Amino acid sequence: MIVADQKPIEEILQMLEPYKKVLFLGCQTCVAVCMAGGEKEVGLLAAAVRLARKQQGRPIEIIEGAVKRQCDDEFNEPWAKTIEQQEAVLSLACGVGVNKLSERFDVPILPALNTKFFGEVERQGVWAEVCAGCGNCILHLTGGICPIARCAKNLLNGPCGGVRADGTCEVAHNGPRPCAWVMIYERLGKLNQRQNIENIFAAKDWSSDRHGGPRKRVREDMLLET
Amino acid sequence: MPESNLQRALEAKKFVVTAECGPPKSADRRVIEEKAKLLKDWVDAANVTDNQTAVTRMSSLAACAILKSFGLDPVFQITCRDRNRIALQSDILGAYALGIRNVLCLTGDHQSFGNHPQAKGVFDLDSVHLIETVKKMRDEGRFLSGDELTGERPAMFIGAVENPFAPPYEFRALRLKKKVEAGAQFIQTQIVYNIQRFREFIARVGDLGLLDKVYIIAGVSPIKTPGAAKYMRDNVPGLDVPNEIVSRMEAAGKGIEDKQARAEAWRQEGIKICVELIQQLKEIQGVAGVHIMAIEWEEAVPEIVQKSGLKS
Repeated sequence: MIVADQKPIEEILQMLEPYKKVLFLGCQTCVAVCMAGGEKEVGLLAAAVRLARKQQGRPIEIIEGAVKRQCDDEFNEPWAKTIEQQEAVLSLACGVGVNKLSERFDVPILPALNTKFFGEVERQGVWAEVCAGCGNCILHLTGGICPIARCAKNLLNGPCGGVRADGTCEVAHNGPRPCAWVMIYERLGKLNQRQNIENIFAAKDWSSDRHGGPRKRVREDMLLET
Repeated sequence: MPESNLQRALEAKKFVVTAECGPPKSADRRVIEEKAKLLKDWVDAANVTDNQTAVTRMSSLAACAILKSFGLDPVFQITCRDRNRIALQSDILGAYALGIRNVLCLTGDHQSFGNHPQAKGVFDLDSVHLIETVKKMRDEGRFLSGDELTGERPAMFIGAVENPFAPPYEFRALRLKKKVEAGAQFIQTQIVYNIQRFREFIARVGDLGLLDKVYIIAGVSPIKTPGAAKYMRDNVPGLDVPNEIVSRMEAAGKGIEDKQARAEAWRQEGIKICVELIQQLKEIQGVAGVHIMAIEWEEAVPEIVQKSGLKS
């Protein structure tokens, strides 16, 4: 799923400063599951903002709502009339939702979240990045463990010399993480597939990643005649 | 006849000595000039680090050119952290044009350790790809993409690094093999303090039949204080400092009240340990030389070289 974090309330209040009539619109898919921007978070955030603005002596009128998937016009359309009557919309979706609403409506759409990564649920309350969406998957060769997402240097011929004695990565900016290449090495051992990493993995063609420019997928057979 | 002095010495079966030369955090060329004068008569080549530990310094390319002008044979360290394949290849061409004949290909320390942790890391290629790329430019006259060079090829002597002291230990020799297959002609290792583990590593490299395909230059580094020894033992990933070395450093300063005298006793012990390690390394078949990393302590290099009996 797409994992996101709510922005600090101070930053949200600053964004909302010019506005007195705002729709807080959540999204009920990824960001609801990772407890950042679903219906429940909309309610909590709206209550906090109302209270803060009341204390400032500048009350704000907030409508609360949430859609199934903010990344798709189809689900946003029932809210069109409401959105058009607002001074702004605070979107609690990921950045995709914010972009989608901005393409459709001539109203400022503000991001309440910082969108972070594609993640797995590591355990209750913890999400971890395991796929980078690079557009050219090699997981069948690396025992299902992605070196692009999980190695701090996205090495294809790791591990580097910065592995700690306990097998964790020296880069611990976001807390200790196991070295992806130690994981790959151990996993391939279990699968009896170590030969996969005996040869050199060629330099990656990053044009399938963001470096080829913003990406798009087209399914010709799904297009509707216009 | 190879243009690299380092390559000539290795091919002549000389036990080589190289030393690290760290560029300043300034634009002051005199810092490099002083280090050049200090090292010139004692080493076969001098390595210039490339923004080591991700701290911004004078470029390794510029410092290499200064060393060259003082008659040293520079080893241009180049990392994949700050340059994509376009910039890497461009710097290889530029380095060769400036007379630099050795290149040491590294992935590079992660930017989060340096003085700009906000930086965007590049890591377009990894060290293995970089080795392949330099080889391709040199031997085939082509860039990584296949596009042709239009004239003189960079006839570089290609080096790489490997760390015998980081897990998975049994994979390290295989990773070195990948680097040799990619085109590495010499390998500089992580600093050796644990000689036993290093011997095991060399034995594995030998088992893979690599010892006559690549020159292994063992890293050594004199320790200045017991505190530094402890710090390296406890806090530097990929370094293996046995307790015995820490104890020796502590014992060296014991009972000496005068601060300066104590520091001197520590330094002497640090140099002594380094010399002993070099002598042990020299006896290991397959070790072609040593690389002395006397970080911001280049003055120690002549003494270490002399005391090791590598040059009088």
